[in-house]
Amino acid sequence: MTDMTDATRVTAAATRPALSGRVKAALTLFVLFALMPPLASALNDPFYVLIGTRILAYAIAALALDLILGFGAMVSFGHAAYLGLGTYAVAILSGFGINDLLVQILAATAMSAVFAAVTGAISLRTRGVYFIMITLAFGQMAFFFFISLSAYGGDDGVALASRSTLLGMEVLKTDFGLYYTTLVMLIGLFFLCHRITKSRFGRVLTGIRENPTRMEAIGFAPFRYQLTAFVISGCITAMAGVVLANQAQFVSPAFMSWHKSGELIVMVVLGGPGTLAGPIAGAVAALLLEEWLGALSEHWKLFFGLFLVLMVLFSPNGITGLLKKLGFGEKQK
Amino acid sequence: MTNLFVLQLLNGVQLGVLLFLISAGLTLVFGIMDVINLAHGVLYMVGAYLIATFAAATGSFWWGLLLTLPAAVVVGLVIEAVVMRRLYARSHLDQVLATFGLVMMANEAVKMIWGTSPLSVPMPEILSGSVPLMGPLKYPVYRIAIIVAGLAVALGLFVMVNYTRVGMLLRAGASNRDTVSALGVDINRLFAIVFTLGATLACLAGALVAPILSVDTGMGESVLILTFVVVVIGGIGSIKGAFLGALLVAVVDTVGGVFGPILLRSVLDPSAAGQAGRVLAPMLVYILMAVILFARPAGLFGKTA
Amino acid sequence: MTALTVTDLCKHYGALKVTDHVSLDIAPGEIHAIIGPNGAGKTTLIAQLSGQLGSDSGRVALDGKDITHLSMPERVRLGLARSFQITSVLPGFTALENVALAVQARQGSSFRFFGTVAAERALNAAAMEALHEAGLDHRAQIPARSLSHGEHRRLELAIALATKPRVLLLDEPLAGVGGEDAETFVENLRRLKGRLTMVLIEHDMDAVFALADRVSVLVYGRIIATGAPDAIRSDPEVRAAYLGEEEQEIA
Repeated sequence: MTDMTDATRVTAAATRPALSGRVKAALTLFVLFALMPPLASALNDPFYVLIGTRILAYAIAALALDLILGFGAMVSFGHAAYLGLGTYAVAILSGFGINDLLVQILAATAMSAVFAAVTGAISLRTRGVYFIMITLAFGQMAFFFFISLSAYGGDDGVALASRSTLLGMEVLKTDFGLYYTTLVMLIGLFFLCHRITKSRFGRVLTGIRENPTRMEAIGFAPFRYQLTAFVISGCITAMAGVVLANQAQFVSPAFMSWHKSGELIVMVVLGGPGTLAGPIAGAVAALLLEEWLGALSEHWKLFFGLFLVLMVLFSPNGITGLLKKLGFGEKQK
Repeated sequence: MTNLFVLQLLNGVQLGVLLFLISAGLTLVFGIMDVINLAHGVLYMVGAYLIATFAAATGSFWWGLLLTLPAAVVVGLVIEAVVMRRLYARSHLDQVLATFGLVMMANEAVKMIWGTSPLSVPMPEILSGSVPLMGPLKYPVYRIAIIVAGLAVALGLFVMVNYTRVGMLLRAGASNRDTVSALGVDINRLFAIVFTLGATLACLAGALVAPILSVDTGMGESVLILTFVVVVIGGIGSIKGAFLGALLVAVVDTVGGVFGPILLRSVLDPSAAGQAGRVLAPMLVYILMAVILFARPAGLFGKTA
Repeated sequence: MTALTVTDLCKHYGALKVTDHVSLDIAPGEIHAIIGPNGAGKTTLIAQLSGQLGSDSGRVALDGKDITHLSMPERVRLGLARSFQITSVLPGFTALENVALAVQARQGSSFRFFGTVAAERALNAAAMEALHEAGLDHRAQIPARSLSHGEHRRLELAIALATKPRVLLLDEPLAGVGGEDAETFVENLRRLKGRLTMVLIEHDMDAVFALADRVSVLVYGRIIATGAPDAIRSDPEVRAAYLGEEEQEIA
C-alpha cells in the first residue's frame, strides 16, 4: 500500500505546478493589455483605447467559445447569437430606463441561458456536420428575430443614448474606464474558465471530447455535461455582447450575423483551441489583422479570406495540426 | 383569400424548386464526402452574375444561359481541384475555416469585378407576361417556367441517381463511403464529378432566378442558410429528402409568412397579431427545423447514426 | 439468484441473425467464458449486454432487475461494466486520469466546477488501487497514447474495475497480448475471481481454460453448448464447430 500513497503524492505534485504555461501566457497578455492605454495616450492616439476595448470584448467571446469548441469539440457556428443577445439586453433595458452594467449582464446571461438550453438541447442530439449546420441555423433564427423587431430599429438597429453605469457610478463614461472594466471582466472570466477546465466537470467535458463511447462505458451520459458547457459558454459570450453595446453605443442585428460566428471560430483556431489563453491572443491577432488589412485596402476581406484558405491548405494537418506541431495545441488533461 | 393562398403556394413551390437545385448538390457533397461547404451559396451568386454578364454581352437571355452552364462547370472544377480536394481528409473545423475563407474571398471578388450596385437580367421575351390560372387569378409565365425547369432537372437527377452507374455509386457512397472505395472506384474522380455537378446545379439556380431578383453580393448568404435547413431536415445525403425538404421549407416560408399573421389575427387583436406575425414569420422555417430534428435527429430521410 | 440473466436475446441486421435467441444464466462470482469462431457474434452480444447496442427482442437482467431498456451509462451505474476489444481509452489523459475519471463517475457529483480534480486524493487513491489490480500502477503518470499495446489492455481492465462493477464484461482482454505478458495478465484476472462476476470473451484457449468456471460456445449467433471447461473441451459438437477448426487453422 505504501507504494500507492507515494504515487498519489507524486500525482498531486505533478499536476499542481506553481503556474502552468497557459496561465503564464495569459498573465503576460493581461499585463500587456493593462499597459496599452497609457501607451496609446503617450502616442497621442486615444482612439486605440476604443479599438482595444473591442478587442478585449471579442477576447471574452473567443474564450467562451473555446470552452466548448476546444474542450468539448462542439463546433458552434451560432455563437454570434449570444453576442447579439448581450447587445440587445443593453438596448432593451435602456428602453426601461435601466442602465446598470450588472443588471444588463444579469439579463443578458438569463436570456442566453434560456436560448442556449433550448437550442443546445436540440443541436446536441446530433453530431459533426449536423451540429455545425444546426447551430448556424439557430444563430440565423435569432438574427431574423431581431431584424423583425421594429421596436428596436429592425435591420438598422438602435443607437444608445449613453454608456452603462456600474452600481450607479459613471465609471464607464470614459474610454479608459470602459477599457479597464472590460479588462477586469476578461481576467475574471479567464480564471473562471480555467478553474472549470481543471475541475471535475472540466475533466468529464474533455473526456467526452477525447472518446464519448468510453465515457458512456464508465457511466457518464455525455449530453447533460455538453449542454451545461454549451449554456455556460453562451452566457459568457453574452457578457462580451454587453461590452460591445457600450463600446459601439449602438446595437444592431449585424452583431449576430453568421460572419461574426465564423470570425469567432477563426479567433479560437488562430490562437489554438483548448488553451484558453490562445483564443485571447487569437482575438487580438484576428482583429489586428483586420485593422491592418482594412488600412491597406478597402477589399481587405479578399485578403483575409485568402489568408484563411492558405493557412488551412498549406499546413499538412490544417491549422489545428500546425499549431499542435508548434506546441500551441497544449491539450487539457 | 383562396386566390392569395394559391398564389403564395405557387410562389412557395417556385422557391422550393430553386432550393432543391441548390440543396441537391450540397446534400451529396455532405453525404458522400463528409465535407461541410459554406461556399455553396457563393456558387448560386456566381451563377446569377455569370448570366448577368453573358446576357448583357450577347443581348440574349438564352445565349447567356447557354454560356453560363459550361462556365459553371469550369468554376466547379477549379474550386474542386484547387481547394475542396485538399479538404476531404481534414477535420470539419478545417473545412469550416477554409470554405468560410472562400466565402469572404468570393463576396469581395464579386464586388471588385461587378461593383456594389445590383445588376438586373432582362426577362426573355417569350416567357414574360402572365397566364390566367383560375378566375381572375394570373401567374407570371417566367415563374411557371422556373417550376417546370426545376422539376425537369429534378426528374433528370432522379433518373441519373436511380438508373445509372454514377448514380448507383452516389447512392452507395451516401449510405456507406467505404463500400465505394471497396468497389475499386476512383474516389477522387467520383468526388470531382459530384462536386462539379452540385456546383453547376447551384449556378443554374442562380441563373434561373436572376431575371426576377436583383443580382447582388448578399444573395448567396440567405440562400445558404435556407439550404442548410433543407439538407438537415431532409437528411444528409438524401436527394429525396432534399426535394421534400426544399418544398416544405419554401412553402412554410412563403405561405406561413403571409398566412401566419392572418391566422394569428383570429386569436389576437390585430395590432398584436401584426407584431407577432412579423416577428414569427421569418422564424417559421427554423422552428420547423427544430421540431423535425427533435423528433428525428438525422432528418426525415437520413440514416440514423 | 443469478448475477446476470439473459433470456432469448435477439439482434438481426436484415435477414442476418447476429444474435439468435441467446439465453445465459451467469452465477454470482462465476467466470463465464464465451468462445466461438470469428464472426460468431461475440462482440455484438457484449454490445447488447452492455447497452451500447439495442436488442430486437429478449431480456437482460442484472441481479434480477430488468435492464433491457437501460442505456450504457445507466447500466454502468447499476454495476455492469465492460472493456473493449479494440482499446478505447482517452488518449490525451494519463493512465491515472483515465482511471480516476471512472472513479469519479461513481463517487460524488461531476457537476463541480471549481475544485482542482487532479488534486483530489480520494479519486487518485482509488484509481491507483484499480491500476494496481490491473498491474499498471508503475505507469500511472504516462499519457495513454504513449502506452504499449499490452499496457493498453491493462488500462482497459483498470478503467472497468474502477467503476466497481458487480458484473464485468471482458471483450477479448488478451487480444494481441502474448507470452509472459499474457501469463501475468491471466494471473491478474485470477486474483479478481470470486470478488466479481465476469463474462469473458477470449480467443486464447489457454486463458479460457485456466480461468473459466463455465464455458458457452457461440456459433452463428446461437449458443450451441454450455458447460464446465472439460466437458466443453470433449464435446464432439463443439470440436466439430469450433475447436477442431481452430486446430486445423493452427496446423
